[in-house]
Amino acid sequence: MSTSLATEQRQFTALMRVFHWLTAALVLTILGIGVAMLASLAGYHRLVSIHRPLGILILIVVVIRFVNRHYSSLPPFPASMSPRERSIASAFELLLYALLVVQPLVGWGMLSAAGYPVTLYGSLHLFPILPHNVMLYAVLRMAHTVLAYLLFFTFLAHFGAVLFHTCVVRDGTFSRMAPWTSR
Amino acid sequence: MSDTNLSTDSIASTERQLLPLTRASRFVRLGGIGVVLLSVAAAFLYLGGWFNPEALTPPRFADGFERVDGIHSGFRLNHAKGVCVSGSFESNGRGTRLSKAVVFKAGRAPIIGRFSLAGGNPYVADAPGMVRGLGLLFHLPDGEEWRTAMINTPVFAVNSPQGFYDRLLATQPDPETGKPDPKKMAVFLANHPETVQATKIIQSHPASSGFENSTYYGLNSFWFMDASGRSIPVRWSLAPVQPFAPANTTGHARPDNNRLFDVLIAGILQRPLLWHLIITIGQASDPINDATIPWPDAREQMDVGTLTLDHVESEETNRCRDINFDPLVLPEGMTPSDDPLLSARSAVYSQSFTRRAGENKLPSAVTPSEVRK
Repeated sequence: MSTSLATEQRQFTALMRVFHWLTAALVLTILGIGVAMLASLAGYHRLVSIHRPLGILILIVVVIRFVNRHYSSLPPFPASMSPRERSIASAFELLLYALLVVQPLVGWGMLSAAGYPVTLYGSLHLFPILPHNVMLYAVLRMAHTVLAYLLFFTFLAHFGAVLFHTCVVRDGTFSRMAPWTSR
Repeated sequence: MSDTNLSTDSIASTERQLLPLTRASRFVRLGGIGVVLLSVAAAFLYLGGWFNPEALTPPRFADGFERVDGIHSGFRLNHAKGVCVSGSFESNGRGTRLSKAVVFKAGRAPIIGRFSLAGGNPYVADAPGMVRGLGLLFHLPDGEEWRTAMINTPVFAVNSPQGFYDRLLATQPDPETGKPDPKKMAVFLANHPETVQATKIIQSHPASSGFENSTYYGLNSFWFMDASGRSIPVRWSLAPVQPFAPANTTGHARPDNNRLFDVLIAGILQRPLLWHLIITIGQASDPINDATIPWPDAREQMDVGTLTLDHVESEETNRCRDINFDPLVLPEGMTPSDDPLLSARSAVYSQSFTRRAGENKLPSAVTPSEVRK
């Protein structure tokens, strides 16, 4: 273990970084579509038609990403981070993963409970994962909004923490996940 | 320095070369981070319409219905009074020349439907002049669905979401007289010549005696796409097999709040009710984004199959109550036109569905015992 670390891995693997930035782009897009479609009469149908398959795509990407993370070697935390900060960072990472898996499932479940067809593209649609029950729909629909806000604020906290570490503490946190290879 | 600490120590060593931030510099950087985070949050608020409080959004549309018609727990915001029906659609296969949608392949599709009266009051007394609605859900063999919500007027009275909303508010009863203010409606009509024109067309098609012998129109235009990828603009309607009889607008000897529904129920219990699904094929010159303008009578029409409704049930015991007849649940082979009413209908129906889903469900005007009697 010590010898492999000694080769001084400073970045997440290329594949992990691809997954990270792909997830970031997809999640910011779907959050933006989500708030916009609820406020738009003219754009509603078009936006919902993108929102649904995008959510399922995120579910797939996040599951693959999580499995990949399990089999990848991770760079160490910056030395500037205390053990407490490290456990907070790890907890946030876990929370983000959990939200990114649960939120699409709630969306899928809520459409199932509403009795809507879960159309992805053209005639391609998913099977319902819950029975047609509008009270269940009402609860899940509310949960979908609450989780979306939670996801957004978790993202802001993550983004703010990285900015703080990179610009104020200056411990090279960003370069660990930078889209380019840093030396 | 031991081997095991090499990696962390080397990162730490690069840090040591950095000069500590001055107080001012640290302050500026923290402020910059704050500005970035606030900007991201503001961008999302902008997308959510927070900076445009005057814009007509689905929730404000729904609020308009509640303002005019009151809040009726568990009911649709519009077409609140209704009864559930079911049956099947038998396609004759001809429609496959127009659209590759599975519904047009020869065969039978189970149907859930709902007859309704326009307006947000679920206990309104039936009157022959009220707009009648029919929502249908086609369960297609490949698991797809086609939903449509139709009414018995040949054109729609408005051609934009804002027009619908403004007309809705113009019908709001005055708290003193209990009736809509005629001045408000006059102002609305002065600003909406399309509604004046559409009303003339609607009045030139006298209503039939009941739900069972009404023609129902899809109103908005859609695109059909065939297997070769060719698209054509279409509208659709349901032509009743039950013979036309004029509405009885005189003589209310016995006030019967559910008269129209009772006649419908008695009719279905006697024999299945039938309609032909008629597709009207538009041409390039026909307006496809304006539901107030009819297409010329000469347009080709195709009878693509027969709708049979042979079962009727109160909303209280049937799942039609919990179905959103969203006109944009379409099978592959049908797509919406750019008629602005379509996306708005989908958005507001969804808002109405979400609101009533979580509400306590009050009894329907057409009760289970009414259907059995």
